[in-house]
Amino acid sequence: EKTRKGFVTDLLDKFGDDPLTPETLDELETLLLRSDVGVDATDQIINALRKRLNEEVLDSKEGLRFLKEQLCKIVDQPIKNSGKTLLMPSENSLNIWLIVGVNGVGKTTTLGKLANLALRSGFSALIAAADTFRAAAVEQVKVWGERSGVSVVANETPNADPAAIVFDAIGAAKSKKIELLLVDTAGRLQTKNNLMEELTKVRKIIDRLAPEANVESLLVLDATQGQNGLSQAMSFAKSANLTGVVITKLDGSARGGVAFAVSSQTNLPIRFIGAGEGIRDLRPFNSFEFVEALLADS
Amino acid sequence: MFDELSARFEDAVKGLRGENKISEDNVDIALKQVRRALLEADVSLSVVKQFVQEVRDKAIGAEVVRGVNPGQKFIEVVHQELVEVMGGANSPLADSTKKPSVILMAGLQGAGKTTAAAKLGLYLKDKGLKPLMVAADVYRPAAIDQLNTLGKQINVEVFSLGKESKPEDIAASGLKKAQEEDFDTLIVDTAGRLQIDEEMMNEMVRIRSAVDPDEVLLVVDSMIGQEAADLTRAFHEKVGITGAVLTKLDGDSRGGAALSIRKVSGQPIKFIGTGEKVEALQPFHPERMAGRILGMGDVLTLVEKA
Ligand SMILES: Nc1nc2c(ncn2[C@@H]2O[C@H](COP(=O)(O)OP(=O)(O)OP(=O)(O)O)[C@@H](O)[C@H]2O)c(=O)[nH]1
Ligand SMILES: Nc1nc2c(ncn2[C@@H]2O[C@H](COP(=O)(O)OP(=O)(O)OP(=O)(O)O)[C@@H](O)[C@H]2O)c(=O)[nH]1
Ligand SMILES: [Mg+2]
Ligand SMILES: [Mg+2]
Repeated sequence: EKTRKGFVTDLLDKFGDDPLTPETLDELETLLLRSDVGVDATDQIINALRKRLNEEVLDSKEGLRFLKEQLCKIVDQPIKNSGKTLLMPSENSLNIWLIVGVNGVGKTTTLGKLANLALRSGFSALIAAADTFRAAAVEQVKVWGERSGVSVVANETPNADPAAIVFDAIGAAKSKKIELLLVDTAGRLQTKNNLMEELTKVRKIIDRLAPEANVESLLVLDATQGQNGLSQAMSFAKSANLTGVVITKLDGSARGGVAFAVSSQTNLPIRFIGAGEGIRDLRPFNSFEFVEALLADS
Repeated sequence: MFDELSARFEDAVKGLRGENKISEDNVDIALKQVRRALLEADVSLSVVKQFVQEVRDKAIGAEVVRGVNPGQKFIEVVHQELVEVMGGANSPLADSTKKPSVILMAGLQGAGKTTAAAKLGLYLKDKGLKPLMVAADVYRPAAIDQLNTLGKQINVEVFSLGKESKPEDIAASGLKKAQEEDFDTLIVDTAGRLQIDEEMMNEMVRIRSAVDPDEVLLVVDSMIGQEAADLTRAFHEKVGITGAVLTKLDGDSRGGAALSIRKVSGQPIKFIGTGEKVEALQPFHPERMAGRILGMGDVLTLVEKA
């Protein structure tokens, strides 16, 4: 089996102007599967390319371009539908961003990076430490608060009610006229009904206490995860009323291909990507860059 | 989701229904469904290919006895092969002749290493042993606090030197303490690292040299996708793993990584994590995992239906 290393370069070197063959299609399929795009999404994408090939002869270069266009379209569509190409807090008003996801995906780290980004962009920010469950979760988010120079609203009592902390934090944000309130939540697997209900409760508190706020509910998705990512997106969309997705750990060799299934099946725009453990390792999502990286050599 | 997969296997065996044997001609359609099911379960593609080839060879030769149709036989072959590849029976922790024995935790960021370290600490303590946990993650914010908190929860001592020392030095000092103070087992928690991060992988090798572990456990998130094979290969080649812990199996991931890890490294999955709490550690059972990967709780019902 060909490793992914150099496949696209090889393809272009060897077959650049030659017509795309069924064998090359198989190898492109392999590339997508190995990037966690998933069997169904890969079938759809490769079938579109196959259909196109039936209509006209494409060389490898054109075939690849068509493939990239297809992939870009999938992740761009939800962004287009949202009406916002770039996610930013609105100035001079309260914005609340709720960060949710399964265990260990990078929620707290992403929140730390977002706090820093907000400050660098001239917004005032506040952090609500609403993960009261994980060992040392509050200490961890406090380190991020210090690093980014953003205050943290917390309750040190283990298993304190997360909704109560969010309640306090919204009060503090309003009285201090904070523009961006970032809410860290405990990791939870989407199959845990009681924990998902707890999240719904937090989401409801936000809507009730700050009906005027611009609320974003962001699902953090780990690029190393496989097909379970789709099930995560579906469940969290229901419980936390998701408005977008952040993909983390793209500095590794995983490509985060499950994002294509998530985009096409949940209509959630991908807003940021995380590519490292440092405070500045966060970028706005760019479909072109994402697709290039998906097919790039490693 | 599970139903869908069972349906996939029903399709697979339908192709074999009415046939009186599994042959070159009829096996391929069924195998296609197996390939699909394994990919949907996040088994790494290279492993899927090998596995399908092996099943093919075994299925075609398989004797179909009277009263069992080829469909039933086919599922049995797939299931058996899965169980076999994953190691047959459960493998316990290595018996060590030296004291303290040393367990080194390794893996990607957020996989569940620190939690698994504490779970193992509790597991050993419950066996009447005296473990010491070492905080050798100096990077993640509050990593030491996290291990300390967990240590208190389970009443197991935690050794740390803050985050200014080198992880290999912390590990070595922890080992010294354990030797001097008569601990039975040393559990070394390490920072998460990407297998492509050469510097961090070299650090892992230095930690390893510092403590000469009896067990190097690769901790892997059961939700992991295609990375599982490369991850395992890199950690095994560079550090040499002796087993794995598959975490977060309390969710609905299919856990295909179990197959990839075993196939790539030849090392067994020793434990599974089934919750955030320190008690949520169980021995790994290949039989149950095979059913989970294939998306059928009970393989036998499927065999009966076929
Ligand atoms: N390489 C890499 N590591 C990351 C990235 N984002 C987060 N991490 C690491 O992943 C691990 C988990 O990150 P956290 O931010 O604690 O994840 P979480 O989702 O808050 O975890 P829980 O609160 O326990 O559910 C940490 O070691 C982070 O440093 C990233 O983009 N790249
Ligand atoms: N549901 C569930 N959560 C788990 C399990 N094991 C670990 N976790 C959670 O996963 C998250 C990450 O666990 P950690 O033990 O911090 O992971 P780690 O590998 O030490 O992370 P880093 O040190 O940042 O690389 C935490 O929220 C844990 O509570 C498990 O078996 N089930
Ligand atoms: Mg967190
Ligand atoms: Mg850790």
